[in-house]
Amino acid sequence: MDGFDIFVSILGSTIRLSIPLIFTALAGLFSERAGVFDIGLEGKMLAAAFASACVAYLTGSALAGLGAGIVVSILLSLVHGFASITSRGNQIVSGVALNFVAAGLTIVLGQAWFGQGGRTPTLPTTARFQPITLPGADTLHDVPILGPFYANVISGHNLLTYLAFLAVPACAWVLYRTRFGLRLRAVGENPGAVDTAGISVTWLRYRAVIVAGFLCGFSGTYLAIAQSAAFIQNMSAGKGYIALAALIFAKWKPVPVLFACLLFGFLDAMANFMQGKAIPGIGEVPVQIFQALPYVLTCILLAGFIGVARPPKAGGVAYTKER
Amino acid sequence: MSTASVKLPNWINYGLMPLLNLAVAFVISGLVVWLIGEDPFEAVSLMLEGALGNGEGIGFTLYYATSFIFTGLSVAVAFHAGLFNIGSEGQAYVGGLGAALAALALDHYVPWYVTMPVAVAAAALFGAAWAFIPAWMQAKRGSHIVITTIMFNFIGAALMVYLLVNVLIVPGKMAPETRTFLEGGQLPKLDWLMALFGMKLGPAPFNVSFIIALVAAFLVWVLIWRTKLGYEMRTLGISPSAAIYAGVPYVRTVIIAMLISGGLAGMMALNPVMGASARLQVEFVGGAGFVGIAVSLMGRSHPVGIVLAAILFGMLYQGGNWVSFEMPNITRDMIVVIQGLVILFAGALEFMFRPAIVKIYTRLAGA
Repeated sequence: MDGFDIFVSILGSTIRLSIPLIFTALAGLFSERAGVFDIGLEGKMLAAAFASACVAYLTGSALAGLGAGIVVSILLSLVHGFASITSRGNQIVSGVALNFVAAGLTIVLGQAWFGQGGRTPTLPTTARFQPITLPGADTLHDVPILGPFYANVISGHNLLTYLAFLAVPACAWVLYRTRFGLRLRAVGENPGAVDTAGISVTWLRYRAVIVAGFLCGFSGTYLAIAQSAAFIQNMSAGKGYIALAALIFAKWKPVPVLFACLLFGFLDAMANFMQGKAIPGIGEVPVQIFQALPYVLTCILLAGFIGVARPPKAGGVAYTKER
Repeated sequence: MSTASVKLPNWINYGLMPLLNLAVAFVISGLVVWLIGEDPFEAVSLMLEGALGNGEGIGFTLYYATSFIFTGLSVAVAFHAGLFNIGSEGQAYVGGLGAALAALALDHYVPWYVTMPVAVAAAALFGAAWAFIPAWMQAKRGSHIVITTIMFNFIGAALMVYLLVNVLIVPGKMAPETRTFLEGGQLPKLDWLMALFGMKLGPAPFNVSFIIALVAAFLVWVLIWRTKLGYEMRTLGISPSAAIYAGVPYVRTVIIAMLISGGLAGMMALNPVMGASARLQVEFVGGAGFVGIAVSLMGRSHPVGIVLAAILFGMLYQGGNWVSFEMPNITRDMIVVIQGLVILFAGALEFMFRPAIVKIYTRLAGA
């Protein structure tokens, strides 16, 4: 394999590994910009992955799987919303709790229903999201440089991958160009002002967590029935937390979220690629460095060494209407 | 009338409400068990039998409880200062390095009771060191401690795997673990304590770190309620602005609280590393740091409550093993579900029943 082929293959896997991060980080974006911290992204993703794999297996339809993933993820979001908006409980505690419930329940139910050690049965290709070959990918394949790039990086992904890239401008539009988006950002900064304007803080925040659940449904579904062909226990493997890191790294803004996720996806792809390989002059770089790098970078950012990451002002604080 | 301002007696706040929340968590867990086609009552009786049925079961229960006391105290100390330390897991993991280095260095030369204080100090030091950077970032840079401690859990895990795979591994062996400590690096089992009650410990790794944990719990009580520092921490936890106005040094108090919290988490490593497996292994913490969150919430951040909650979770862990053995349909992961539900109901939804309780209480008290 020459340098260019390696480059194209790393880029391809960067995209594949970034997709769940993009959906999840956008989910966190909606929730946190509305002032509801969401540590539970990981759990929602995992629960959605399990639900989508189960339903796709039972119905044989990938879209039905996606629907189930979204529904389950939104249900978890509503529990989080009930705890943190209605009951004014600690939002972080609630998120941590949901992560545990999802991690345990997916395995317990998976084992009880399918008896394969927490796995769901392997799906036939028809029940999964298939790679889509964009028009012209085959004809262009022989063109040097552009051909393989188009065929392997741009074309050949599944529906959800393209949706993820569409979701970024869509979220940016909703957040910055719609009335809902304006109010959502306002409620994360100064809920009192929103309340004074006669808009329900509670309902606005509930809508924000529902959007977050909706987007996590996509990321979980991607993991289980687009990237893999089954649910495997704990398959989110900390991706929810990396997405949270990406969200902070992107300073809670949609377009930077895309680039932060691509960066962290690239680090993940590099970790896979570099396994057992030596860099000339440096020697073998331990995989763990690539695994830790997203978190280290986020911490450096948080410490204020790369610009300032300022979270939404009212984040993590339940709103109490004055009486 | 708003129900939030009504003052309830302590036995309701610290007794009835936690029990009620716990009961709801267990009822929902029971529903899950029922949903997958098993008898929840049988599961409970199996669980009690496994956890308390004989000396070995009790030994395992207390062994797990020992770890949870340390991590529960760790979360609680930070919590009193208004800090949510999710990083106990990572601090315990790195603390294991301290304990293991002490044991590896000394086990050839001295008996265990000489190694022990060194190992306790080393484990606490390493755990505290891992909490220091998030603490500093919170105090000086205003970075949210929840986020940084989560990040440090992952960084710590990567670091420890690297060290175990590349540095501490026994040459020629496949398993990423240190060599087995000699007796001078092990904490002895508490067979004699069990024998006092006429029970046999068997292979259960119930060891001296249980006593260290109880001492730590007592010291935490002294710290929080009987010292100036503890008073400052509690003031900071209740109202940061009032604390700063009253002259409590914010940076120093935050950092010290987190160092103590990290140190307690680090000491948890003594139990599995030196008390049970006698070597440092990958992922030896096994989620005990997160159980600490549940234990601390259940125990209302009070050492006595924490010890009781830790024993309860120890029963869940040991009993859960027994249940999954007898009822293959219920895997060990059921414990994780129960743990999550306890955190949800005792933590995030702790005030769900408050309005109703206040209504009943005021009616009864008024009558």
